[in-house]
Amino acid sequence: MSITRDEVAHLARLARISLSDAELDHLAPQLDQIITSVAQVQEVAADGIPPTSHATGVTNVFRDDVPVPCLTPEQALDQAPAVEQQRFKVPRILGEY
Amino acid sequence: MELTRMTAAELSAALAKGEVSATEVTRAHLDRIAAVDDRVHAFLHVAADTALEQAAEVDRRRRSGELLSPLAGVPVAVKDVFTTTGMPTTCGSRILEGWHPPYDATITTRLKQAGAIILGKTNMDEFAMGSSTENSAYGPSRNPWDLDKIPGGSSGGSAAAVAAYEAPLAIGTDTGGSIRQPAAVCGIVGTKPTYGGSSRYGVVAFASSLDTPGPFGRTVLDAALLHEAISGHDPCDSTSIDAPVPPVVAAAREADVSGMRIGVVTELSGDGYQSGVLSRFAEAVEVLESLGAKVTEVSCPHFRYALPAYYLIAPSEASSNLARFDAMRYGLRVGDDGTRDAEEVMALTREAGFGAEVKRRIILGTYALSSGYYDAYYGKAQQVRTLIIRDFDAAFGQVDVLVSPSTPTTAFGIGERVDDPLAMYLADLATIPSDLAGNAAISVPCGLAPEDGLPVGLQVMAPVLADDRLYRVAAAAEAAFTGRWGHPLLAEARGL
Repeated sequence: MSITRDEVAHLARLARISLSDAELDHLAPQLDQIITSVAQVQEVAADGIPPTSHATGVTNVFRDDVPVPCLTPEQALDQAPAVEQQRFKVPRILGEY
Repeated sequence: MELTRMTAAELSAALAKGEVSATEVTRAHLDRIAAVDDRVHAFLHVAADTALEQAAEVDRRRRSGELLSPLAGVPVAVKDVFTTTGMPTTCGSRILEGWHPPYDATITTRLKQAGAIILGKTNMDEFAMGSSTENSAYGPSRNPWDLDKIPGGSSGGSAAAVAAYEAPLAIGTDTGGSIRQPAAVCGIVGTKPTYGGSSRYGVVAFASSLDTPGPFGRTVLDAALLHEAISGHDPCDSTSIDAPVPPVVAAAREADVSGMRIGVVTELSGDGYQSGVLSRFAEAVEVLESLGAKVTEVSCPHFRYALPAYYLIAPSEASSNLARFDAMRYGLRVGDDGTRDAEEVMALTREAGFGAEVKRRIILGTYALSSGYYDAYYGKAQQVRTLIIRDFDAAFGQVDVLVSPSTPTTAFGIGERVDDPLAMYLADLATIPSDLAGNAAISVPCGLAPEDGLPVGLQVMAPVLADDRLYRVAAAAEAAFTGRWGHPLLAEARGL
């Protein structure tokens, strides 16, 4: 087995996704199967082969720093779940620890 | 001729001559959508009012004698992953239900500037993850050849819209095959341009090193017209290539393969490929040879590792990209009752807002990138990517283009693979190598599989920035096939 149910639960917590027990029961064996399959890449990729992160080879793209109009506060806040005093209103970030 | 049956090139000519108005063309397509889309479900949003306003504006400009672009007044359907002001953009996800983006994608802007009429937003697998549109939170689209079959994915709504004559043109995105695979199974033309040839600005990101916007059409020339209109350097996308757009329209018109060297990829056939797909593909190769191409077999030994490498690289990038859906600034927010902190709200929102496949891939990507596994999975996959690029480089040293079947099978049944992720992933077996290498590739119809009467696609792959070669080969094949059949393949579709 390449991944356990507990590991899947841990990864889901890291990714900030709540999962019910039923979802975990369903996902864990599927992920185990997928990871076993994708591990094939280990058969072929020997040391010394450089990694490719993207295919174009473009590096360090610069432009002149010219100010241009941007979104107004109204536009930026228009789709927010909650707004207060021209700010995004979010749930408590720091607990009473 | 019925306006919805005309190609984009025919509509463009009729509009330019004043034989028909953009308003009439737009109305005809909106009527067609109203008549069939309850069965096809290609669209998530139909923008009837803004489409008619755009059409009236094109008609006014044409009457005033303005010189307009070839696509002025020609309708187009846009995959719901491109941001559009004045229309929702959901990416097929609950987490973006009702979201109205504050800016247009570069491709949306270019379509508007060209005077193309945006009919609406098309259905897709959630965040472009899937091969059937069954991962859409809003229900699947259906294949116009057989409504019980999948239209492919993730750009399945765009492909279905074009195949059902709801739009002559559509835009999609291809990350692992999401344009070519739906084009193949719907019997139409679809292109993945060279990565960086079409802008990603305003395309909600799935896997940034792979995502490539591209065109759908019912003919090769139509796809070329749209390809040219949307392509070219965009300073808003740092991976956009600053080079001239390959002459794709001219190549589609020339349609000449005499003397071209065409390589058949050994590794993209055999096990896992349906017999009717292989027989139609073999026939397509014979057709190209009869047109004067020099055909040889070429081996790309690392292509068999493309699928596993892709299912490490794409989920890894997705797990990072989709972290932006945090319930704070836009989109869904669940469980904010004053007692829960931000992280709890985030986790509850992502549980409720993401579907099963998106969760699978985020968790898979989180795993592949986590310390202790990074070198064994993500690092190895990046090395395989290098090996695949080297295979392409060696192959393109010997031949001008490579060919293969676009997909291993024809359209499968709705529901058939929905709970078997590995079986679903196989739909992209032949398309993934070009995504990993960033080169250009097209799918063009090459007949029906005898065993099920469903369309088969011929894939043509060309080197980076040689997109014009795709159109040269695909247009030559299309002309030969249409001559042989006596009509376009799509005339045989009986699903509607």
